[in-house]
Amino acid sequence: MTRDEIIAGLAEILEEVAGVNPDDVAEEKSFTDDLDVDSLSMVEVVVAAEEKFDVKIPDNEVQNLKTVGDAVSYIESNA
Amino acid sequence: MSGLLAGKRLLVTGIITDQSIAFSVAKLAQEQGATVVLTGFGRLSLVERIAKRLPKEAPVIELDVQNKEHLDGLADKVREHVDGLDGVVHSIGFAPQSCLGGGFMSAPWEDVATALHVSTYSYKSLASAALPLMGQGSAFVGLTFDAQLAWPVYDWMGVAKAGLESASRYLALHLGSQGIRSNLVSAGPLRTMAAKSIPGFEKFEDEWVRRAPLGWDLGDQESAAKACLALLSDWFPATTGEIIHVDGGFHAVGA
Repeated sequence: MTRDEIIAGLAEILEEVAGVNPDDVAEEKSFTDDLDVDSLSMVEVVVAAEEKFDVKIPDNEVQNLKTVGDAVSYIESNA
Repeated sequence: MSGLLAGKRLLVTGIITDQSIAFSVAKLAQEQGATVVLTGFGRLSLVERIAKRLPKEAPVIELDVQNKEHLDGLADKVREHVDGLDGVVHSIGFAPQSCLGGGFMSAPWEDVATALHVSTYSYKSLASAALPLMGQGSAFVGLTFDAQLAWPVYDWMGVAKAGLESASRYLALHLGSQGIRSNLVSAGPLRTMAAKSIPGFEKFEDEWVRRAPLGWDLGDQESAAKACLALLSDWFPATTGEIIHVDGGFHAVGA
């Protein structure tokens, strides 16, 4: 799966879970500061991403996933 | 079907992630032969996603314990899935941030009232809502955090838990004549969503791990869940108004 495909998948999840406009989703965007994803929404984003990309994202990793790009890199190397 | 809870029908509240104590309760209950119905609060879509991670996907009913309509409609909604209940697990607690993290002296009454409504009174209101479905030999189980002592940062949540511990004894008193039991499990600190939302909760994690005679695993929700299920089973038929500590023995030692 390419980085662009992962971003597209994440954008879909972010729209469904947190009402984020898919056009706003880009590698450099911060989940909390730029996309206004609150902590409980982030939990659901992670759960949905785990299902979609068949990957396990442990709690202690979640705190390192500040930007969309961080999440893409994690999924790319662990899925 | 065999297992500790073969044929039992359980209502389990309080799942928000797969780290929730209630998730382990539901998972182990299914493995032990129970049919499980869940209630969820707030982010129902998240609860439903998590419900799919159980051995058998369980239905989720929306329940805000501060919402009278939800409570009044609960029994009918449960009846859509099971014809009665043998056990109810109360794993519900909330306090506004002002009530936690050292805010004991400054938290306003409105916030304290919310904490008590959701964390203490809800034990009674959930019991009332579920009672039409319950009969002889059925049981309520709730989760507390040892309220005999004052803990750093726990503040009004500690007061709410003290109230919960008392409420469980009163539920035992008032439902005993119907053959219905009420007990609590007092778990040590676990890294759940609820715990993570308490600022400074990690303060006594290390101490717990160090001092508990059996040691303590902050990520082991299953020990607490097993105690909940044991209390719901037929193996504690004469036990009510009790609090079982699942804390590695921490409560029993002074230093």
